[in-house]
Amino acid sequence: MSKKILTVLAILIPLSIVAGLIIYGAKLQPAILVPSGEIARRQYEILRFAFWLSMIVIIPVFGLLIFISLRYRASKKAKYTPDWAHNNQLEAVWWGIPIVIILILSIITWRTSHTLDPYKPLDKATRPLEVQVVSLQWKWLFIYPEQNIATINYLKIPKDTPINLKITSDAPMNSFWIPKLAGQIYTMNGMSTKLHIIANEYGDFEGYSANISGEGFADMKFLVNSSSPEQFESWANVTRYQDNFLSLDRYKLLSQPSTIEEPEYFSGFQPGLYNTIIEKYMPMYPNQNRSHHQMESY
Amino acid sequence: MFGRLSLDALPTELVTIGGALTMIGGACTIIIALTYFKKWGWLWKNWLTSQDPKKIGTMYIILSIVMLLRGAGDALMIRAQQAIASGNSGFLSSDTFQQVFSAHGTIMIFFVAMGLMFGIINLVLPLQLGTRDVAFPFLNSLSFWLFVAGFILINTSLVIGEFSTAGWLAYPPLSGLEYSPGVGVDYWIWALQLSGLGSLISGINFFVTIIKMRAPSMKLMDMPIFAWSVLGAMALVMAVFPILTVTLALLSLDRLMGMHFFTSTHGGNPMMYINLIWAWGHPEVYILVLPAFGIYSEIVATFSKKKLFGYKSMVWAIMSITILSFLVWLHHFFTMGGGANVNAFFGIMTMVIAIPTGVKVFNWLFTMFRGRISFTSPMIWFLGFITTFTIGGMTGVLLAVPAIDFQVHNSLFLVAHFHNMIIGGVVFGYMAGLTYWFPKFTGFKLHEGLGKLAAWLWITGFVTAFGPLYVLGLMGATRRLDHYDASLGWQWLFIVAAFGLLMILSGVATQILQLAYSIYRRKQLVDTTGGDPWDGRTLEWATASPPPHYNFAVIPEASGIDSFWAQKQSKKKAKKLKLEPIVMPKNTGAGIIIAGFSFVMSFALIWHIWWLAIIGFVGAIITLITHLTNDDHEYVISPLELKREEAKAGREGLYL
Repeated sequence: MSKKILTVLAILIPLSIVAGLIIYGAKLQPAILVPSGEIARRQYEILRFAFWLSMIVIIPVFGLLIFISLRYRASKKAKYTPDWAHNNQLEAVWWGIPIVIILILSIITWRTSHTLDPYKPLDKATRPLEVQVVSLQWKWLFIYPEQNIATINYLKIPKDTPINLKITSDAPMNSFWIPKLAGQIYTMNGMSTKLHIIANEYGDFEGYSANISGEGFADMKFLVNSSSPEQFESWANVTRYQDNFLSLDRYKLLSQPSTIEEPEYFSGFQPGLYNTIIEKYMPMYPNQNRSHHQMESY
Repeated sequence: MFGRLSLDALPTELVTIGGALTMIGGACTIIIALTYFKKWGWLWKNWLTSQDPKKIGTMYIILSIVMLLRGAGDALMIRAQQAIASGNSGFLSSDTFQQVFSAHGTIMIFFVAMGLMFGIINLVLPLQLGTRDVAFPFLNSLSFWLFVAGFILINTSLVIGEFSTAGWLAYPPLSGLEYSPGVGVDYWIWALQLSGLGSLISGINFFVTIIKMRAPSMKLMDMPIFAWSVLGAMALVMAVFPILTVTLALLSLDRLMGMHFFTSTHGGNPMMYINLIWAWGHPEVYILVLPAFGIYSEIVATFSKKKLFGYKSMVWAIMSITILSFLVWLHHFFTMGGGANVNAFFGIMTMVIAIPTGVKVFNWLFTMFRGRISFTSPMIWFLGFITTFTIGGMTGVLLAVPAIDFQVHNSLFLVAHFHNMIIGGVVFGYMAGLTYWFPKFTGFKLHEGLGKLAAWLWITGFVTAFGPLYVLGLMGATRRLDHYDASLGWQWLFIVAAFGLLMILSGVATQILQLAYSIYRRKQLVDTTGGDPWDGRTLEWATASPPPHYNFAVIPEASGIDSFWAQKQSKKKAKKLKLEPIVMPKNTGAGIIIAGFSFVMSFALIWHIWWLAIIGFVGAIITLITHLTNDDHEYVISPLELKREEAKAGREGLYL
């Protein structure tokens, strides 16, 4: 094969791999690019905007790279200026354009960091549902204080209702993440972090732990089900009348390292369970001001 | 007597037994070969006790390549496991899998990237600065041997005991005593502690070398860009490696003495560890990539036969990256709940780094503009770098926006991003640098055809291996999963990624073949130009290849940027130079002995063998004091001997 054909092949093969991946990737409908809740949708919109904005630099770089590489090959004998190494106007352009782009992105970053702060409650007319989340060694405990029920690895929520999540951990650090609905937040011992989410579609969504937490980490996943408020109420009622109470002893058993296959449902739980779990990690001196150590200060 | 150490420490799983046997086999082969060929004395005299930065650099690079092979083996296991484990548990237990990815990250950063970096700096920097040695030759050998001690320690974990399962940065509380009671995290701590101490000493050494040891006529603003990039990187090393040392020391106090710096209970705070480790960890990324930027700058100018465009811009860009890299570390934990103001500030600072980095890209492109570009294999690496690094920079800017980061943090999108930076930026740069400077230190070139093929396999393999990870990350795949549900439809992407890794590995194999074939054909590939095979621009090309151990018989004159190029252009007949006696450092075994004692101490601390730890510690201190109180460190080469040495390279005509 001639050198020319080899060069063309060398460039075409990686390009076709990239093209193939983009086409195949788009067909898969990645969760983050096809969100099902308002928060995830707004996060995706910023992603899309920042992507296209950065193309203002990326496309000229690739264009110039191809043009210069072809045109100034030694064999081409094109114009040659071996000592030309400085040009104020040109350098001003490529200091200037990135500065402007980053300035625009900075403004967006500042604004969206505040509007999409995970600690910020959603501004909606519907009364929010509160759920307390505990990451255990290798499962997720969801406590519904108003419904007085609890579940393992299953989060049922009413559609179009803001969900206020309070999150802690009784295990190594984990990260609570439902890609279809909202970005993640860390779960940590002795602390309570917050996340506000909403689902605007019916359906089942995957939930994960995004931070390595030991042997059973890969099984630390849960199912999120978004249904109508009526269905949610009737599910809560049915669960409440089962005979499966989450006592402190039962909780201790549950918090032992293990993974589980099927979700579990509890008709009630030890009052104040969430705070008990947090206080387990508090310093030994009970007289100290406890709230000082909690990350509640939004 | 032996603390926690017992026969139970030997591996039991098939994969780990295989790893252990490879390590033992490799070590035995080397020992038997050295004994059979009676090379122990030669090795000790010429290499192990050498203070010559060229030899130390060579040893750094050899060890880094060995570690690259181990890290690549780990990568292969990770990719194979994830390609298989769709709805089943794969061929590795989750414990082994977690050891493998923890080892992969640790090895690739500390023992491959850092090793290659210090290797190349050792080889090239003194020559570029027109000097004979580094500022502190003994410290240079000591830091190399501490690196070796860390290297042996991390490989020992394959045979005796286990490695950490807590990831390459070992976040507590997972890495604390409660959740990781075994020796794995201790191996991780001490391997890093030893090699990190070596890095800190090297950082000081090279910084002082640049400031104080340049050829007297070389001004700072005349230095080659590579030297500037090393200056920035070493300033960062000096500033941040103490943070790593202290953080690791506190974590080991937690683990050894039951203290509570980073525990969840008794007032300890794991968040402080995450804060501290990234205050070191983010600048570390720039420590690795800055010298690579320097290498690209040298290569682009040489192969475009043109002055580097915007030298001053480049210097400013390097220095602003150096400073800005201190102000971004918090972007590694936006998701810890720091609050909107804090997150926004660090997000913006992170994006600001993209500005000087972008400027460098345009400067490189305009160095090529109106040049006479020859696409040698270093240039192929450079093209691979520009394309992959630009994409990595773009995804990096996306990750820097906190609102976006919440969605892709800790996902495979992030994994793809930092491999874009570390492989596309750092590894490609060091590979280009090794190819570029190879003839300087051996006297013959590497085979070009195989070099181009290797670069192409790496670049194409890289795209194939990490493109799918971006898609997987957007689909919600988190990092470090040892298995996943088949219903998620991830398997095909993982298979493509594994195929990409195989391409990268065949690139590595091609490089090894290239090295072997080039050595075999060294007569044909010999550099006939007397030390300047690429028509170079900077001072390292002004001496013979390979350079004599004293580098320059007479310290060269540096006038302006690219002084060697200017000299060649001026066509004035060079004046004959007068030879004078020169002072060189003597060999010493102190470095290797201190590192040996440090290894013993660390190994003993890992296994709680207290008496042995004390012996190791006291031994290291006594050796150090003995060496420092001995004043007989130097010897003199007379002009007569110099002339004889120079005559060997056919350069006696240059001198009076």
